[in-house]
Amino acid sequence: MSTKSLAFRVLTLLGVLALMLAACGPKPIEAPPATKAPTVTEAPAATEAPANEAQFENFTWWTAGGEAEGLNGMYEVFNALYPGVEIINAAIAGGGGTVAKPVLVTRLAGGDPPDAFQVHVGQEILMYSPEQYIQPLDDLYAEQGWDQIFPQDLLPLLQNNGHYWLVPVNIHRGNVLWYNKQIFEENGLTPPTTFDEFFAICETLQAKGITPYGFGNGGGWEDGFTFESFILGTLGPEGYKSLWAGATPWTDPGVTQALENYWKALGYANTDHAAISWDGAAQLIVEGKAAMFIHGDWTNGYFIAKAFDGFGWAAAPGSVGSFHVISDGFAMPKGIKNPVNAKSWMIVAGSKAGQEAFNPKKGSICARTDCDPNIYSDYLKWSAGDFASNALVPGSDIAGHPQWVTALKDIMVIFAQNGDVAAAQAAMQQACLDAGVCK
Amino acid sequence: MRRLTRDRLTSFALITPSVVAIAVFVYGFIAFNGYSSLARWDSLLPDFTFVGLRNFQKLFTLARFQIDVRNMLTFIGLFIPACLAIGFVLAVLLDQRVKGEGLFRSIFLLPMAISAIVTGVVWRWLMSPGTAETGSYGINLLLEQIGAGFLKSGWYTDPQFGIKAVVIAAAWQMSGYTMAMYLAGLRGIPEELREAARIDGASELQIYRHVVLPLLRPITFSAAIILGQIALNIFALVVAMTGPGPGFSTDVPALFMFDTTFRGGNFAMGAAIATIMLLLVMGLVVPYLIHTFRSEVQV
Repeated sequence: MSTKSLAFRVLTLLGVLALMLAACGPKPIEAPPATKAPTVTEAPAATEAPANEAQFENFTWWTAGGEAEGLNGMYEVFNALYPGVEIINAAIAGGGGTVAKPVLVTRLAGGDPPDAFQVHVGQEILMYSPEQYIQPLDDLYAEQGWDQIFPQDLLPLLQNNGHYWLVPVNIHRGNVLWYNKQIFEENGLTPPTTFDEFFAICETLQAKGITPYGFGNGGGWEDGFTFESFILGTLGPEGYKSLWAGATPWTDPGVTQALENYWKALGYANTDHAAISWDGAAQLIVEGKAAMFIHGDWTNGYFIAKAFDGFGWAAAPGSVGSFHVISDGFAMPKGIKNPVNAKSWMIVAGSKAGQEAFNPKKGSICARTDCDPNIYSDYLKWSAGDFASNALVPGSDIAGHPQWVTALKDIMVIFAQNGDVAAAQAAMQQACLDAGVCK
Repeated sequence: MRRLTRDRLTSFALITPSVVAIAVFVYGFIAFNGYSSLARWDSLLPDFTFVGLRNFQKLFTLARFQIDVRNMLTFIGLFIPACLAIGFVLAVLLDQRVKGEGLFRSIFLLPMAISAIVTGVVWRWLMSPGTAETGSYGINLLLEQIGAGFLKSGWYTDPQFGIKAVVIAAAWQMSGYTMAMYLAGLRGIPEELREAARIDGASELQIYRHVVLPLLRPITFSAAIILGQIALNIFALVVAMTGPGPGFSTDVPALFMFDTTFRGGNFAMGAAIATIMLLLVMGLVVPYLIHTFRSEVQV
C-alpha cells in the first residue's frame, strides 16, 4: 500500500512538473533591455573598431554567382573601414530565402540572433514580430539623412507599424520580358507591349515550331510571382495598387482577365515547366529553345553568369510605364552580440560606397538616388531610368502580409495545374478577406 | 518486506529519469502543441489568445490542405500494400534456403540504412523525365532502350502521377524492412505444420494460403502499423525528391506544416496541422495498442 501511494505521489509530481515545464518552457524570450543596444550617439568613427567586438555575423541567402560577389564587394567596403572586424558570413543557399528563413526564425526565437540579417523590403518584417525582436532604425535614418536620399516614393514602403526596420540596399524590377534576340530577329518580331501582341507573337512562333514562352514553376513560388506581372499588365498600376489595398475586390473582371491570360500563356510554354524552376526557364532563352520569358531582373544576372549577351528586354506586356519594385534590405535584431559592428554594417549597407560596390555585381540598381550611373550595365541603365520616371508599384512582399502572399502563391500553384479561373478568383477574394484587407 | 521496498525504490529511481524525460519531451510538448493550435500565435512572438477551433476551421477550407489529405490517403493506400507484398515475396524467396542468403538479406535491407535525403535525391534523378529537346533521362531512358518506351512517364512532374512517384521510392526503401520482419516470422513457423499440410495433400500454394499467411497475421499487422506511421510522418523523402510538386501533387501535411510554421511564421496554424497528423497516427496506433494489450492479457 505504501509503495503504491509512493508511486502515485511520484507520478503526480511528474505530471505537475511536466505541466509546469510545458507552461513555462516556451514562454517568449524576454526582449533584452534596450540599454544593451548601442545608443545612436555611440556611432563609431570610421576607423575605430571597438576592442570588445572582434566579429560581425551577417545572415543572408546570397550564395550564388553575382549576388555573392556583390555581397563580398560590400564586405570589402566594410573591411576597409573597420579592418579589425572579422566578418562571419552566415549565408544559407536557397532562392528567395526559402531555406534561410526557417533557420532565421529559429535563431531569433531561440535568443541567438545574428548581428544583421537579410530581409525583403515590405511586410515580410512583420513575420518576425519587429516590436519584440528587431531594432527600429528611425534614428539612424535621421542621422544618415536617408530620408532625403532614398526615393520619396519608396520611403512609405520602407515603413511598417510607423517605423523603419531595415535599410534597403538594392532595387529589383519584377515586370520584365526577356527575349532571345536571335529568334526575334530571324522572325522579324519586335517586343510586345500588350498581351494581344504577346499572344500574336506566341501564335507566330508556335506555327514555326519554336516554343514561344519559356517558363519554370518547379520552385513553387514562380506562379504567384509571375502572376503579379500579369495583374499589373491587365489592370494597370492604379488598378494593381487598389487591388492590394482592398479597394478593388479580387472578384474584379480585371483579375478574371489576368487569370485567363496567365492560363493562355501557360499553353504556349515549354511542356516541362513543372520540372524546372526559373533558372531552367532562363536557360531555355540562353539556348534559344524558347523565345520569351517574363521574370524579375535577377534573370539579367543569370544571363551574365552564363556569358550570354543575345538577350533583349522590355517591360512585361501591358506594363510599360510601371516599375514593379522588389527590394532587399538588412535589419538588426535586438540582443545581438556585436551591436556596434552591426550598426556600422547598417551604415555601410545604406551608404553610396556600399551600394555602388554591391549592385552592379548583384544585377540590381541602388536604392539610393545618388549612385553613379556609369557603374551600371546597359540593362541596369535602362532600369535606373525607368525607376526614376515610372509609376512605382509594390511587389507582393511590400504590398501584402507574408501570410496573405503565401496564400495567394498557393492558390496560383493550384491554378497553374487546373486552370479553374472561378475557383482561383474566389479563393483570392477569401484570402484578401482573411488578411483583413478586403471588407 | 523492507528489502522489497528498497528494491522498488531502486526501480523507481532507475525509471524516473526516462519517465520525466518522456513526460516533458513527449507528452509535455504534445500538450503544448495542442494548446498552441487553439491560440492566435501567427507571427514570431507567441500570442496565446484563445481562438478555439478557428485554426482548424480555416485549415479545412484551404485547397492545399485538402489536396494534402488526398495525397496522404493515396500514399498510405499504395505504400503499405506495396511494402507488404514485396517484403513478403522477398522473404519467401529467401526462405528457400538459398545459397548466400545472408548476402541477399543485407542487400535487401540496405536501402533502409540509407538516409531519406539520399534516397530522395537519387530517385529525383532517376525519375527526372527529360524533354523532347534534351532526350530522356534515367528510368525513361532505360524504358526507351529496352523497347518499352510506351511506359515512359513524367513521373513526379506529371500531376496525375505525382505522389505515386514518391510511393515507388519509399517502397524501395522500406520493403527490405518488411522482408526482415516476414523472414523472422517464416522461421518461426514449425516445419511440422507444413509437413502435416503436405500429408493432407495440400499444394505449396495452398500451404502458403491456408497455413503460412494466417500464422503471419500478427507480423502483417505490426508491419502495417509501423509502415502507416512512417507514411503519415513522411517528410524528408518528399523534400529531397519532389518538394510540393506541380499543383501540390506531391505535397504532404508534414511539408505544409513546415512551410506554414517556419516559412509563413504562422505557428498556431502549423500546430493545428501537427495536431491533425497526431490524431491520424493515433487513429492507427491506438487500436494496435489495445489489440496488443488484449492479446497479452489473454496470454
